[in-house]
Amino acid sequence: MSAFLQYTLQGLAAGGFYALSALGLAVIFGVLGVVNFSHGACYMLGAVISAVLLAELHVGFWVALVVVPILMFGFGVLMERLLVRWLLALDPLYNFLLTFGLTLILVEAVKQKYGVSGLPYEVPAGLGGQVSIGSVNLSVYAIFACLFSVVVCVAVGLLLTKTRIGMIVRASTEAPERTRALGINVGRWVTPVFGFGIALAGLAGVLAAPTRAITAEMGSNFIIILFAVVVIGGLGSILGAVVAGFLVGLVEAYGIAYAPTYAQIVIFVLMALVVLVRPSGLFGREEVA
Amino acid sequence: MSDETTTTERTGAAAETPAAQGSSRMLEVTGLSAWYGEARVLTDVAIDVAPGEVVTLVGRNGAGKTTLLRSVMGLHRQIEGTISLDGTDLTRRSADARARAGIGWVPDDRGIYASLTVAENLLLPPVVHADAWPLERVYEFFPVLHERRDFPGTKLSGGEQQMLAMARVLRMGSRLLLLDEPSEGLAPVIVQRIGEIIREIKGQGVGVLLVEQNVKFASTVADRHYLLAQGKVVEHLGNDDFRARESELLTYLGM
Repeated sequence: MSAFLQYTLQGLAAGGFYALSALGLAVIFGVLGVVNFSHGACYMLGAVISAVLLAELHVGFWVALVVVPILMFGFGVLMERLLVRWLLALDPLYNFLLTFGLTLILVEAVKQKYGVSGLPYEVPAGLGGQVSIGSVNLSVYAIFACLFSVVVCVAVGLLLTKTRIGMIVRASTEAPERTRALGINVGRWVTPVFGFGIALAGLAGVLAAPTRAITAEMGSNFIIILFAVVVIGGLGSILGAVVAGFLVGLVEAYGIAYAPTYAQIVIFVLMALVVLVRPSGLFGREEVA
Repeated sequence: MSDETTTTERTGAAAETPAAQGSSRMLEVTGLSAWYGEARVLTDVAIDVAPGEVVTLVGRNGAGKTTLLRSVMGLHRQIEGTISLDGTDLTRRSADARARAGIGWVPDDRGIYASLTVAENLLLPPVVHADAWPLERVYEFFPVLHERRDFPGTKLSGGEQQMLAMARVLRMGSRLLLLDEPSEGLAPVIVQRIGEIIREIKGQGVGVLLVEQNVKFASTVADRHYLLAQGKVVEHLGNDDFRARESELLTYLGM
């Protein structure tokens, strides 16, 4: 029982990283129609920047938690303005290829600069060790990461459902052309939404930094699982991205614990089952012909 | 078309629609041609709509009616010719700028957002004109929208969605409504209600450009009619002529 609870917590913590990143992927896809392949690399950058800030500038975790998403927002804005924007009018495949190429560049650049062995990062003071609840020992940092992800997801959810900006983002996500025909300059929201999506991936990277090996390649596997998350949740569904993120985190953690050989396969079996039963994902809307 | 028809067109238009003459035109489309790739779907189309006037585009499927509406809205960009509203050339403006200039979009699928509530569907577009209906007035005129204001937009019935789509552009204060087949798939009693709404809108000096397959319905609300065939305006009739020749037109249109 104790072990099961530990796996569950590990799963929910990892799920938080998936949920935050998938949320970013979903808003970008919704408003721009771009599948951002570099999302895993942005998650990696979030972790690497945190590690570099700590090692070279002695900037700790709490500051990184604020500063890194802001830096990644700026990176996303540049990426959209300088690159993604010029391909938006073309087939979405072009931006998929662009962001794929960008991923290779980012990964190689980080490898050149920081090598292939992991960068060190310790669990921040105050969040180390274990807490005992009855006979169960749980990692304090995992509890923190999990709660923090939930809080951010809820905050983003409120932003999307309770504000005018959120209303415009939802409308643009559902029907960009119609939204323009109703007098809304959808293009004006494209850059900030892209930056916001990238910032969420960066935030997931910061949260992951104390618990993962920080390497140039850490995003490569992550992005593949992230695509599974988005397919399970339903492409373009915000709620789906979050729920599927936590779900996949749990399934992965149980897989690693109880069937290590099949841990990676389990996620994709889940994806296949969901697609068989509901082709548009758990929360995806059925395509209207 | 024969010379006889051309005569009918001239006299019909002049007799029926004094409002459309001179400088009182609201929407003016001249020399409009449109393409999808290499295929030409509209050829040298000229139409106009005056304030408080209801003008229909009638024609078979594929005649280019919806392309014409989309070109006026700025959603179809592969065009030649000019589109102006109240004397302002909008041809090079984006769809959202045209909407803010006063063109209201009511697409044939109603265009209601599933991810927005009924109230949010109404509040999404910016208010673009001083004559815009305040929300209270919208709810007073469409009580069902008030009752269902917190429902997701697409939980409404087809007729209610059509009303929501029209209410939305009235709340926005659009001066010219582009209505694409508002009566399609609706029960007769609802179609009648849509007709009442159109007459109410007309009474306020709002112009309406209406695409309609239902010739009978069109003749109960419209002032003038343009007949489109193969991307060209082949006839331009006042409503009396239109009614007098209804059965002939139905045969001609293959309806």
